[in-house]
Amino acid sequence: MSISIQSIHKAFGNYTALDDISLEVPDGSLTALLGPSGSGKTTLLRIVAGLECADPGSGRILFHGKDVSEVAAGKRGVGFVFQHYALFKHMTIAQNIAFGLDVMPFAQRPKRAEIRQRVAELLHLVRLEGLDKRRPHELSGGQRQRVALARALAIRPKVLLLDEPFGALDAQVRKELRRWLRQFHDEINLTTLFVTHDQEEALELADQVVVMRNARIEQTGTPQQIYDEPRTSFVYEFLGEVNKLPDGRYIRPHEIELRFAAEEGVDVTGRVSHLFVAGPFARVSVVPEHGRRGELEIWASRDQVEEMALANGDVIGLHFPTLKKLT
Amino acid sequence: MHNHRVIPGFGLSLGFTITYLSLIILIPLAALFLNAGGLGPAEWWRILSTPRVLAAAKLTFGASAAAAAVSVGVGLLVTWVLVRYRFPGRRLLDAMVDLPFALPTAVAGITLTSLYAPNGWLGGYLAKWGIQGAYSPFGVFIALTFIGFPFVVRTVQPVMEDLGSELEEAAATLGAGRWTVFRRVILPALVPALVTGFTLAFARAIGEYGSVIFISGNLPMKTEILPLLIVSQLEQYKYRDAAVIAAGMLLVSFTLLFLINLLQRQLDWHKR
Repeated sequence: MSISIQSIHKAFGNYTALDDISLEVPDGSLTALLGPSGSGKTTLLRIVAGLECADPGSGRILFHGKDVSEVAAGKRGVGFVFQHYALFKHMTIAQNIAFGLDVMPFAQRPKRAEIRQRVAELLHLVRLEGLDKRRPHELSGGQRQRVALARALAIRPKVLLLDEPFGALDAQVRKELRRWLRQFHDEINLTTLFVTHDQEEALELADQVVVMRNARIEQTGTPQQIYDEPRTSFVYEFLGEVNKLPDGRYIRPHEIELRFAAEEGVDVTGRVSHLFVAGPFARVSVVPEHGRRGELEIWASRDQVEEMALANGDVIGLHFPTLKKLT
Repeated sequence: MHNHRVIPGFGLSLGFTITYLSLIILIPLAALFLNAGGLGPAEWWRILSTPRVLAAAKLTFGASAAAAAVSVGVGLLVTWVLVRYRFPGRRLLDAMVDLPFALPTAVAGITLTSLYAPNGWLGGYLAKWGIQGAYSPFGVFIALTFIGFPFVVRTVQPVMEDLGSELEEAAATLGAGRWTVFRRVILPALVPALVTGFTLAFARAIGEYGSVIFISGNLPMKTEILPLLIVSQLEQYKYRDAAVIAAGMLLVSFTLLFLINLLQRQLDWHKR
C-alpha cells in the first residue's frame, strides 16, 4: 500500500518540527528517512502512524489514496517498531506477539488455535522458534527487536514503520540485522518507512532515501542518486566523507587520484601529512602547496601507495577528475 | 576471601549490618519474647483468647487491611494525576502527599476527630446518612487511610514515571483501546509497586497508635485497637499480659508480611 504525505506541517510551541513536508512512498518500497537528530524525521514517522497529529489545517496523509489523517493509530493498520522495542515485560514472547490479535473486538478476533498458529508462523519468520515461553528480559537486543517486529506484523499491517530500529544495538548485530531486514523485506514486500541517522544504513538498506534537515526535506532519491548527485552541500557532507575545497567545490576522498608531482594532469601538488594503511586501503592526508588551505583526505589502494613508495613528508600531485560546485 | 570483589570491605560491612540490626531490632524483640516466654502455652492461650483481645485484633488487622486496600486505590489515582498531568499547583500537591509522614500523629488524630465527630464538619453529613464517623470502627479506618496513603504514592510514583509512553503507544498501534491498555499493559507493570505500597501502608497501620486513639473513642470490644490494649495493660502493671499480646501481634504481623513478600517474589519475575 502506498503512502502519500501531502504538505504536512507540525510545530511544538515555537519550534517547527515539520515545515510543509510532501512525500510519496511507493507501494512495496523500503524508504529511509535520513537526517541528523532534530531534523523532524521521527515526528514525520509518528504522524504517519497516527501517534502524533499534524497541525490543524495543514495537510493530509493518504494510504493507498484514502485519507487517514483523522483515523486513530489503532485503526490505521500500521505496524510500528520502536527504537527501544517497547515489549511488554510481564508477558511471554508468544503473548507479546499475540497481543494485537488478543485485543481485537470479539467479532474479528481469530480463534485461539488460529492465534497460536499465527504466533508460530511469525516466530519462524523472525527466526526465533522455541523462544515463545521466554520473557523479554531473557533475550538479547537483536532478538528483542525481532520480537517487536513480529508483534507489529501479527496484525497484518498495511504499512510497516520503524523508528531507528537498530539504534540501540551494537555494531555487529546492527549489520547482521540490517542485511536480514533487507532480505525480509524482499520476501514480504510490505511498504516500509524507517527512520535512521546512519547514512550507511540508509544507503545500504533502502530503495528510496529521503534526506531531512531542519524540518524540511533536503533531497529524495535512490541511494545511488543521493550519493552520486547530492543536490546540496548538506547532503554532500552528511553522506560520508567529503573534501570541501576553498572555492566551495566538493570531492569525495575516493575520487581524487594520486600522481607523481611532475606527472601530467596534476591539478594540485601537496605534502603528505599523514599516511594510514589498513588492509587493501590507504588513507592519505595531503596539505596542498601554493596558498591553498586545509587538508585533503584521499582514499587510495594500498597497491598504489606501495608502488609510489609514499611516505610522510613526500610532495605528490593530485588529480581531480570530477568537480561539483554546490550552493 | 578467595574471590576479589570490586568493592572491598564485605566482611566489615556485613559485620556492621548484623551488629546494628541486633542492637536496634533483634535484641529489643528478643527481650519482648523473653518476657512473654516465661509463661507456658496455656497462659499464652488464656491471654490471647480473651474476647477483648480477639475483638481488638480483629479491628486492628481488619481496619488496617481495609485502609491499606483503599490507600492503594486512592494512591494509584493520585499518583496517576501527579505523573501524567501538568497543571498549576502540581508541585504543591506533590509535596502535600508527604504531610501525613511529617505531621505528629496526635495532631492528625485530633484534627480528624473534630472533622468527623457527629457535630463536626464532615461528621454532620455522615450522620445524616446514618454513618458514624468518629468514635466508631469506621473512624479507625479513616485515620489509618490518612497515614497509609503516602506510602502507596511514593512507591508507585517512580515506577509509573519510568514507564514512559512507548508501551502505551505500542499497544495503541496494535489496536488496543484505552481501557485495554490500562488493564493489560499499565496495571500489570505497576502491580509489584502497588503490592509494596500495600504492604508498607498495612504494616504502618497495624502499629499506628497516636492518631487512632483520638478518633476511635477506645471502647473495649468495639473500637479498641491492639496497641492501645497493650498500653492499657501496661498501665495496670500487667506486664506479662502486655508482652504476650505484643508478641502475638508481632508473630501475626510477621507472618502476614512474610506471605506478602513471597507473593511479591512471584510478581517480580519479570524484573531484571
